[in-house]
Amino acid sequence: MNPTRDDRRRFLARALGSAGSLFLASCDRLSQTEWFPKVLGAGESASRAVAHAVTSRRSMAQEFSEADRSPMFRSNGTAEPDSDAYRQLAQNAFADYRLVVDGLVDAPASLSLAELRALQSRTQITRHDCVEGWSAIAKWKGVRLAALLESVRPKPGARFVVFYCADPMADDGTDLYYESIDLEDAFHPQTILAYEMNDAALPIANGAPIRLRVERQLGYKHAKYIMRMELVESFARIGGGKGGYWEDQGYQWFAGI
Amino acid sequence: MQGGDADRSPARSYLYYRHSLPVRLMHWTNVVALTILLMSGLQIFNAHPNLYWSGKSSYTGAPPVLAIGARQSPESGVIGTTRIFGHEFNTTGVLGVSRSPDGELSARAFPWWMTIPDNPWLAMARAWHLFFAWVLLINGLVYVAYSGASRHLSRDLAPDRNDWRSIGRSIRDHLRFRHPTGDAAKRYNVLQKLTYLIVIFILLPLIILMGLAMSPWMNSVFPGWVDLFGGRQAARTIHFVAAWLLVAFVAIHVFEVIVSGLWNHLRSMVTGRYRVQTGGTP
Repeated sequence: MNPTRDDRRRFLARALGSAGSLFLASCDRLSQTEWFPKVLGAGESASRAVAHAVTSRRSMAQEFSEADRSPMFRSNGTAEPDSDAYRQLAQNAFADYRLVVDGLVDAPASLSLAELRALQSRTQITRHDCVEGWSAIAKWKGVRLAALLESVRPKPGARFVVFYCADPMADDGTDLYYESIDLEDAFHPQTILAYEMNDAALPIANGAPIRLRVERQLGYKHAKYIMRMELVESFARIGGGKGGYWEDQGYQWFAGI
Repeated sequence: MQGGDADRSPARSYLYYRHSLPVRLMHWTNVVALTILLMSGLQIFNAHPNLYWSGKSSYTGAPPVLAIGARQSPESGVIGTTRIFGHEFNTTGVLGVSRSPDGELSARAFPWWMTIPDNPWLAMARAWHLFFAWVLLINGLVYVAYSGASRHLSRDLAPDRNDWRSIGRSIRDHLRFRHPTGDAAKRYNVLQKLTYLIVIFILLPLIILMGLAMSPWMNSVFPGWVDLFGGRQAARTIHFVAAWLLVAFVAIHVFEVIVSGLWNHLRSMVTGRYRVQTGGTP
């Protein structure tokens, strides 16, 4: 209509464009700082507190029917640990495998697969929810972690169970995967160390010989290729100090959401 | 338009206190929270750019209803593709394959300028998303409590009998971009009221609920409740669709603000004061 209105329109468009880029750049800058991700971490603390407040200690994850099982159970992360020690165990069908349980326990143990299978087991058909967004359903059989922990008698100071795995996350064979859960989750009825998936021995792609199932949390908590369990009071001095391989990369320790 | 009339009856105007301070603060909090939630949500979506409808997991044998990806094309190299209900579209440049900030073509579902953070970084996107989800939820709860207590809800948002009767006229007025003037401009019109009520009491609660439906821990509150919405993957799809419905709402909202007086509306949402014209127009 008149030049002033055109100028104004152009000015507005340009102002909006610059505001947009400034906003994006600021968000990116904030993500790179030391302090801002800590502020965002308040969201995780709130989620954890509220999730625990609205559920009981024994609230159960949904279980499914045989028909709901996924035709293919996706293998994510490591599909075959790149380590000679692991390859040796696998060659022998894990006959020489021992699960070491130590740390703050009265009766440290080292258990073979046969010994693990002799402990109280649980079978469940549950949904695996990956942090990426997909889900898959499978049937799991494994030793109840509660039964295993009772047999090693945790000391009063123990608060977390740390799982040390066989799979190196770095190309040079270092940076072994690890995870941790608290004792509430460890004693939950659906928390098992699975040695069977869909009525067959747990495949290597899915964590043979044993993997954790901790059903109220996302997939990265479900550590595969577990070699050792340690009961600790704090995981601050293990790995990067955040309680797990992915947690050290910035993922939430509470993976219930 | 009004210049000619002013000669006969001088156009007068006065400032009317339209938006209370709490409403203004909560409005701008929503602007920030929803922007960040959308953009960090798209970054999270990029980690698995498929949406499913039927079945209780992603892997049921049925294909996804929406899949954004990249593939080699014999004619034009790497192309970005978007498949909706089995129909594939070439969306190179925006969806599937787009240019990074450095100008390189890269495979990613939504482009960098639509996501927070700009580069693929799921952990950081989740940190942003799950923090601002709390901001949105708390802001929304405070808003509903305040609107109830201050009678903002019953006085300004609930349609009265006149509103219901004027629906047809309101639709025609909107289509012709005609907007009320004088004292009528102080009130929300009926389409505006209904839209706000749908967004506040249906769309926002739904998107929050569908977010919680994706939480394995919240699933255990009452095992199986997610199946009321078709399961976790359907909930993820509803969450995504609801997000874009909110984007559509914002687009229409901003459009209406622009055509019915950008600066006047902006002022009233910043200072609370809205200029009402009287006399000049019939």
